[in-house]
Amino acid sequence: MATLAEPREANTDDAFREEVREFIAKNFPPELKGKGNALATVEGPAQEGPAEKAWREAMGAKGWGVPTWPKEYGGGGLDRKQARILQEEMARAGAWNPIGGMGVMMFGPTLLEFGSEEQKREHIPPIAKGEIRWCQGYSEPNAGSDLANLQTFAEDKGDHYLVNGQKTWTSGGQWADKCFAIVRTDKSDKHNGISFMLIDMDAPGVEVRPIQMISGMSPFCETFFTDVKVPKENLVGKEGQGWTIGKRLLQHERTNLSGGGSMARLMGSSLADAARKYAETGDDGQIADPVLRDRIADFEIRWQSFLLTAKRAVEESKAAGGVSEISSVLKKLGTKLGQERSELMIEIMGLQGLGWEGDGFEEAELAGVRAWLFGKATTIYGGSTEIQNNIIAKRVLGMLDHQ
Amino acid sequence: MAILNEEQEMLRDMARDWATNESPVTAWRKVRTEKPAEGYSPDAWNTMAQMGWAGVVIPEEHGGSDFGWMSAGLVVEELGKTMTASPIVATTLAASAIVLGGSDEQKARWLPKLASGEVVGTLAFDEGAHHGGKTEASVSDGKLSGTKAFVHEAHGASLFVVSAADGLYLVEKGDGVTLSDRKLTDMRSHATITFDGAAADKLADGGDDLADKVLDRARILTAAEMLGMAQQVFDVTLDYLKQRVQFNQVLASFQALQHRMADLFGDLAMMRSAVEGGLEALDSGHGIPRAACVAKAEANRVLHTMSREGVQLHGGIGMTDEYDIGFYLKRARVLEASWGSTSYLRDRFASLAGY
Ligand SMILES: Cc1cc2nc3c(=O)[nH]c(=O)nc-3n(C[C@H](O)[C@H](O)[C@H](O)COP(=O)(O)OP(=O)(O)OC[C@H]3O[C@@H](n4cnc5c(N)ncnc54)[C@H](O)[C@@H]3O)c2cc1C
Repeated sequence: MATLAEPREANTDDAFREEVREFIAKNFPPELKGKGNALATVEGPAQEGPAEKAWREAMGAKGWGVPTWPKEYGGGGLDRKQARILQEEMARAGAWNPIGGMGVMMFGPTLLEFGSEEQKREHIPPIAKGEIRWCQGYSEPNAGSDLANLQTFAEDKGDHYLVNGQKTWTSGGQWADKCFAIVRTDKSDKHNGISFMLIDMDAPGVEVRPIQMISGMSPFCETFFTDVKVPKENLVGKEGQGWTIGKRLLQHERTNLSGGGSMARLMGSSLADAARKYAETGDDGQIADPVLRDRIADFEIRWQSFLLTAKRAVEESKAAGGVSEISSVLKKLGTKLGQERSELMIEIMGLQGLGWEGDGFEEAELAGVRAWLFGKATTIYGGSTEIQNNIIAKRVLGMLDHQ
Repeated sequence: MAILNEEQEMLRDMARDWATNESPVTAWRKVRTEKPAEGYSPDAWNTMAQMGWAGVVIPEEHGGSDFGWMSAGLVVEELGKTMTASPIVATTLAASAIVLGGSDEQKARWLPKLASGEVVGTLAFDEGAHHGGKTEASVSDGKLSGTKAFVHEAHGASLFVVSAADGLYLVEKGDGVTLSDRKLTDMRSHATITFDGAAADKLADGGDDLADKVLDRARILTAAEMLGMAQQVFDVTLDYLKQRVQFNQVLASFQALQHRMADLFGDLAMMRSAVEGGLEALDSGHGIPRAACVAKAEANRVLHTMSREGVQLHGGIGMTDEYDIGFYLKRARVLEASWGSTSYLRDRFASLAGY
């Protein structure tokens, strides 16, 4: 098997490609072709059948669900080039990564950077195997964009903390096993009084109440903590270091939210295909309405430019040692384009693209409406577009705060 | 705001009081939960009809008040603000088709019942998901056949004004008329209607462009509902920004948001002028087709932006079903797609202007 330690020769990559092909041929159940990764979403409990389970376990054992994470914690230990090969081969075979969710997107990378050796050994392997669901305990009713204003308090009780307070908008809270949370350990210092800790969702005193969204789904919750005991070993980093760690996690979140993945999942089929289906085409197969054709091309050109930007930025920041403020630029651009696309899609479909339920609509049409509505959240969560603009102006461009 | 006469001011104040006190958004929530067969509360509709709102554009000799389109627009705008579910727009449009194109007999038969709210009417024009496609429904020997897609307020209606290849017809709900539900994101009454040899009575006195005349009215009155929605989203959002504290300051103190609200305010001013311009054109009888394009195209543009920004500026709470703002977003897109999308209307505007 190829590892990081092997020499960089041209035929190593070919050999690795061959290995991937064989692995997919042997382990990927063909009936799962073209399906999606239910584990990567927060919309509902994963509907995992035997085939999905087998595929997840095979990928988990190999560590390829988190291909670039270190092998010692259950990752794939691949370099970026090999990870790309893996992706290409999966795409070619209609296979997909069965491992995902907040653990993979944001918590894992953060713990790898800031966690103790014991914490990494305990928490990373179950994420790499897709055996555990994490949720994010950040926002509170009065700490949204002003996240550092959070009030959930963790009182030091010697060998444990006693946590009291309320979080809100906890995505997937009702299905999560564990929660990475930022909580206050010192009331006298807004930023340095915050700590990052891990809380079991089934610990006594944790209560979740789902909230219904405008899209009709209820994937997020209010989470209440009443005298919840959190052992000291669940503190990540030092007490008071939570704001630094928490912000790093947000950079991972932003990189993931902006990228092709999550937006593409909301997007569904191609705009041009939809236009050919719902509007008229000429004899040459072109979209007959030149204005619509122009708008689709305009969108696709900007989308291509965005994907290239995302790729370049991720490569550059990886080369410079990890995620960076550029994640704010990507999040701002990617989410806006994703929303534009959904709006254009429902416009192309006309009233047929606005179905809520019932007869007369295809499944994809109904899914498109819900995705359009849910997609409105992408410019709000993970730090709203306005907050990204503030970050870009202050931290990237060096512009000053006017207060 | 247009200069209103005393009668119009009274009507607007009455509509505003009623909508605010008797039909706030909680009333729409109740309709959504209880799902009455009509898609609206029949009691609320009776009350509205008793207040004379169904007959605003119907001549006095046929039981209406003949207050005119500006007045109708004022009422519809107020009802749009609180998301009141009712067939007022649909019925007004059906009545106007009869006023414009009906024989004396047809007028005498239908208008008093429409004015009193006893009969609910609606337009059944479009046959596909996009406004402005082909009309294939046809009539032979007084029997109409064809399928109409996405008919607004179809469930409560007993009288359909149907477009066919050779003009508009009146069809009563009954033999040869089949409804199938189309549940759209706004949760209001929409249905596909199949006419299979249904008895049809032609509106023969309206001229060749009767359908266009009715559509101009549909565009303008729909734009009036959209105006109420946009105004409400703006007001509610402004209030929210003045209350919500983050970073130890009310959001309203952030310049980035101040400029956004200033932009939206400018857009809202444009939308109001465009909609009132359309209503005035209908009352004066001058320049209606172009005014209708301006009214609906501006309504589409501004409500689109306003409903998007309304959700965004509310942050996470704007994504919740518990908060009202989402209703406006969902209805906005349905109305935007009805009686002409923005590009359809721009195209029509250019054609009307000869370029
Ligand atoms: C679908 C969804 C899922 C979520 N999932 C999670 C989760 O799993 N875990 C979690 O912890 N949180 C989650 N969130 C919460 C999310 O991170 C917050 O909603 C977000 O940070 C915005 O905070 P807020 O909702 O309080 O809005 P507010 O902070 O009240 O903002 C309201 C509006 O004001 C703007 N604004 C605020 N401050 C400024 C400023 N200084 N300058 C200019 N404009 C400003 C905002 O951009 C926004 O438009 C989720 C939210 C949504 C919608």
